[in-house]
Amino acid sequence: MWDYTEEVMEHYRNPRNVGKIDDADAIGEAGSLACGDALKIYLKIDKNNIVTDAKFQTFGCGSAVASSSILTEMIIGKPLDEVKKITNKDIADKLGGLPPEKMHCSVMGHEALENALENFTTGGKTKAVKDKMVCTCFSVTEHQILSAIKENKLKTLEEVTNYTKAGGACGHCKDNIQAILDKHYHIKHEEEKPKLTQTQKIIKINNIIENQISPELRKDGGDIELIDIDGDNVYVKLRGSCAGCKNSTLTLKSFVESTLRETLGNEIEVIEVQK
Amino acid sequence: MKDRCIVYLDNNATTKIDKLVLDEMLPYLEKYYGNASSIYSFGGVSAKAIATAREQVRDFVGAKDTKEIIFTASGSEAANTAIRGVLSSDKTKKHIITTKVEHPCVLNLYQTLEKQGYKVDYIGVNSNGELDLDALENAVSEDTALVSAMWANNETGVIFPIKQISEIVKSKNQDTKLFVDAVQAAGKIPMDVEENGIDLLAISGHKFHAPKGIGALYVKSGTSISPLIIGGHQERGKRAGTENVPYIVGIGKAAELAKEGLEYEATEVKRLRDKLETSILKTVFNARLNTSLVNRVPNTTNIGFEYVEGELILLHLSDMGICASSGSACTSGSLEPSHVLKAMGIPFTALHGSTRFSLSRFTTEKEIDYVINIMPRIIDKLTAISPFQDELAQLRKHKA
Repeated sequence: MWDYTEEVMEHYRNPRNVGKIDDADAIGEAGSLACGDALKIYLKIDKNNIVTDAKFQTFGCGSAVASSSILTEMIIGKPLDEVKKITNKDIADKLGGLPPEKMHCSVMGHEALENALENFTTGGKTKAVKDKMVCTCFSVTEHQILSAIKENKLKTLEEVTNYTKAGGACGHCKDNIQAILDKHYHIKHEEEKPKLTQTQKIIKINNIIENQISPELRKDGGDIELIDIDGDNVYVKLRGSCAGCKNSTLTLKSFVESTLRETLGNEIEVIEVQK
Repeated sequence: MKDRCIVYLDNNATTKIDKLVLDEMLPYLEKYYGNASSIYSFGGVSAKAIATAREQVRDFVGAKDTKEIIFTASGSEAANTAIRGVLSSDKTKKHIITTKVEHPCVLNLYQTLEKQGYKVDYIGVNSNGELDLDALENAVSEDTALVSAMWANNETGVIFPIKQISEIVKSKNQDTKLFVDAVQAAGKIPMDVEENGIDLLAISGHKFHAPKGIGALYVKSGTSISPLIIGGHQERGKRAGTENVPYIVGIGKAAELAKEGLEYEATEVKRLRDKLETSILKTVFNARLNTSLVNRVPNTTNIGFEYVEGELILLHLSDMGICASSGSACTSGSLEPSHVLKAMGIPFTALHGSTRFSLSRFTTEKEIDYVINIMPRIIDKLTAISPFQDELAQLRKHKA
């Protein structure tokens, strides 16, 4: 038996704002049937950017329904600027807390909201895939894991699983999650070190690209060229079979950028120059 | 929160202590506290009570001799004693065969043994939960020390053909031992270790109206096992520790009553289970049977409510005073849904909404009617929250 708060019980017993909005201005989704919880959220947003109505449909456990239900109450009548600031922790707090193993329900609520807001700003166009899938069982990406770590100050693998479900099934990705944790805290630690001068930075970046990244890409018949460095922005051009490759964004972000970040810190941003 | 359960339909999880069992036990808690190993006659009272209980359990499992019965503190301990006991008595053999649908208490032990260098084959089941006997036959080899199969499945109630399994195993390797986890069969179907060719068998008292904290292991004469708990000479050196006399008395009495009640299980309990099952499948549009229609213990049903999540169903049932259980991931704290239903290939749509109802000889018709009446209302409320409205509409049309 879970130790649910009165608030959680009240919301799964009598969920508020259940249903769909046919002419919704934004729809957000999170989770999937296979994963055991799925959530759809519908928003009505007026010309002053105020959320005038919100409805939800949830397939999930008691705390998933409660998280969705209270989220709709938290956002109705609020301006978008305020809604954007809501975190998964706010949802859990509003419910008087959730059992640690159930924190992923609040994360899912937050993800659906984020998804809805993103769809609203991009007009329904989906964002380019630039994220690395870490847990294939529950479809959890590196970005999702990192933001859960940052927002909730997660320290251990078990906490990451409680908050994101990542690593909770086959367990094959546990090492990767641990690596994300290690990297996150390691880099934070490094940030405290004195910063490199711009010239030192340029030399380092050049060396890493020439000695580490380029040889790897050449193995696959591609290559990379360093075009310019402006502050933390590294401009590169992909060549050979890398250029125009569907996965080029993935290559840039998950390989080039992460390799550079290992040495130079998290602020490094790799940008592809097309022509 | 309502603490008092009105309708208890979770008897595969645990059962209530039969008043007759408790009455037998109480004198050994209050009055006869003597150590059964002592020489004076006050200790002899305890020794005699244990002997009676051992005879009752012998009769319950169909063993030849009371020497073949070892009392343990739980079903898990009985299983661990059997499995580790067989393996460590002959360390040259490194192969084990079990099934994909065993209880976690056994599965987790095999996973540990794998890390210690054992090779374990996990035999699968079909969509009815029936064991792949051909795969079993092919798996048995010279090196197979142990075959381990449950008699009845805790989640679906599906019965494995133990006699046939024994024949298959022994025809390929006489020396391979057969361990049967009979925790969910005890008190539900007749058990006869001799008739079924079983070498070792584990039962747990609290699944058939004895208290928690007492189990028993049958070890066929001539089967060599090393003890798990080493110390005193109790249980003929196979399980050290001063005998838990009142609980041993309890499991003995419970075994006697369970054997007497088998006929009632097969008729009345089955009738009520079938009534519950057929009514729900008829009246609830998204209900589907997650288990075999035949080959099942009489008290268990497992129904999947499609596109609704199991924990949410249990919470709403609980609000109505009904205790049941689910194979949903959310109920366990683990994030994975039931390994049993997954092995059967139950679709995701029904997997997460699986609900198990398990009856006992104390279940009444009034209780069953109450659940039959409430179930459609709960499911109607919960399907209204589901994001899969199109799929649900499809199911509704199909049913109509």
